[in-house]
Amino acid sequence: MSGLRVLVGCKRVIDYAVKIRVRPDSLGVVTDGVKHSMNPFDENAIEEAVRMKQKKVVKEIVVASCGPSQSQETIRTALAMGADRGIHVEVPAGTDANLQPLAVAKIFSKLVEKEKPDLVILGKQAIDDDANQTTQLLAGMLDWPQGTMASVVNASDGSLTITREIDGGLEDISVSLPAVISADLRLNEPRYATLPNIMKAKKKKIEKMTPDKLGVDITPRLKILNVVDPPVRQAGDKVPDVTTLVEKLKEKGHL
Amino acid sequence: MFCLRSCSRSSLFKLLSNSRSISSSCVDPNVGLTTDEIEYRDAALNFAKTELAPNMQTWDLTEEFPVDTIKRSADLGFGGLFVSPDYGGLSLPRHDGSVIFEALSQGCVTTASYITIHNMVNAMIDTFGTEAQKEKYCTDLSSMEKLASYCLTEPGSGSDAAALVTNAKKEGSKYIVNGSKAFISGAGATDLLVVMTRTGGKGPKGVSALIIDTDTPGISYGQKEKKIGWNNQPTCVVNFDDVEVPCENLLGAEGQGFNLAMHGLNGGRINIASCSLGAAQQCLEDVVQYTHDRKAFNQPLNANQHVQFKLAEMATEITTARLIVRQAARSLDAKEPNAVALCAMCKLYATERLFKVCDDALQLHGGYGYLKSYPVQQFWRDSRVHRILEGTSEVMHMLVARDLLKHL
Repeated sequence: MSGLRVLVGCKRVIDYAVKIRVRPDSLGVVTDGVKHSMNPFDENAIEEAVRMKQKKVVKEIVVASCGPSQSQETIRTALAMGADRGIHVEVPAGTDANLQPLAVAKIFSKLVEKEKPDLVILGKQAIDDDANQTTQLLAGMLDWPQGTMASVVNASDGSLTITREIDGGLEDISVSLPAVISADLRLNEPRYATLPNIMKAKKKKIEKMTPDKLGVDITPRLKILNVVDPPVRQAGDKVPDVTTLVEKLKEKGHL
Repeated sequence: MFCLRSCSRSSLFKLLSNSRSISSSCVDPNVGLTTDEIEYRDAALNFAKTELAPNMQTWDLTEEFPVDTIKRSADLGFGGLFVSPDYGGLSLPRHDGSVIFEALSQGCVTTASYITIHNMVNAMIDTFGTEAQKEKYCTDLSSMEKLASYCLTEPGSGSDAAALVTNAKKEGSKYIVNGSKAFISGAGATDLLVVMTRTGGKGPKGVSALIIDTDTPGISYGQKEKKIGWNNQPTCVVNFDDVEVPCENLLGAEGQGFNLAMHGLNGGRINIASCSLGAAQQCLEDVVQYTHDRKAFNQPLNANQHVQFKLAEMATEITTARLIVRQAARSLDAKEPNAVALCAMCKLYATERLFKVCDDALQLHGGYGYLKSYPVQQFWRDSRVHRILEGTSEVMHMLVARDLLKHL
């Protein structure tokens, strides 16, 4: 199997090492002046696409991101890792916090119509909303098979065998192409963006679009009512022996 | 060619999950950088955090020169930052080099410093070399197929570099080199040397630079020196006993060697100062976390105004040092007339002030600062030598004073 076109999605999120602060209006978190980077699972997605290209299974990698103008930096990182060209679906800054998986799935479904990829790879979830919905919604909209939480992907004639990480352990499935898969952390070790590739990436094309032009209504369907810090961790109790421990657990209704 | 990681990212997440980044604060090294420069810094910092930081302390204890990791950095382009793309380089300005070396030093000062020395030598050949020399050496240096060392200092002459006595007598189509070089970084593990030798009379005008392959017969090394820092870089005396060097290996013209050496050091001083920046930045990030976590007298250390003020001073020192280092780099890139003095100023200011920042960070760690299990003492030990090599702080004073007085 060779010559496939892959569409990979990536999202610009607050960097995982940053201390998150809730906004004074309790409707979200502070993003101004805060370090952002590519969603870690999306790095796995791009890495997998690049590896498939090195194995000559894939011929072209198109990377797409929906977000404010700074999302272009994220697309550039993907290009530096080895994607061939980018698509930036621009959403006004400020509204991007409310860009929900349903809207993103609709946008990607339009991009699929336009680009006609054989495979779509997304990160399994974004570390800001932890939704884990876009892949499934997109597969439903396209009526394509899905392989989510993929930790191993192997290509063979017209189909993929995928190992999924699920609650019970590992599940092996086979999906025929075209398909949508979502990358898990253990799928691969993303490569470094090297300086020469960063410089080459500057010459690669990024096409700009808007949801309007794609005919997608991105109005949020879910309204955020309140965002609060998790409760401060309380001190625990020390117990003298296992019997007391079991009693206490039963008391608190945990057993 | 892609560059694989040696350390898994999930273990990296565990490593970093306990440390929060003050990177968006006033001491953020990204302040003042363009988007491109931020990308370069991110690439270097990523490599530093994944490949260097987890190993820095082990390498210091075992004194291993991490050749594999250093060569892997060449895949990211760190072998020929300032060299022409015709020879595998990236032709980056010195300013971008400073940003990159600062980031690498946050992972390991010693490894980053070696990479700066390698780049300095590669750039010298690219700037002053003939086509044949560049083709023969620069491509291999850019890919780090070969590693390089810079040989100027001798047992009898350091600051008074022009008093060097290692000589090269021309005999037909060869130079015969005799003498010794001291304090040579990488010696014994590198493949190529650029050696400043005396081919003419006394003083700077009698000095010529030669490119010497280390497998040339007659080269031997002294015992590896035992140092208090820069331990994962071997430092030795290099002896030359009737070493035959073909005339084609003369770098630049006869008598130009001293100028060449000084030219290389201008960039080298910015690089070393940048390594001090990385050390101080990492020390500050570590100590901000430590003084948050550590409690004394029923409150975290950072509830004390003294501690807060100390952190503020340290942050201010780092930010101001960064400004002069980057300014010196821009000045060198623009070939401004005062660039040499500015490079001297930046090394003088940054290496001295930032060592004190590392010292303050060590003190704030209390007893733990004295333990080798904490990285702060290694940044302190490693950055101490930056006040000495590539031109002592005292020599930097001389250069700045000379610049002022020449305008009288």
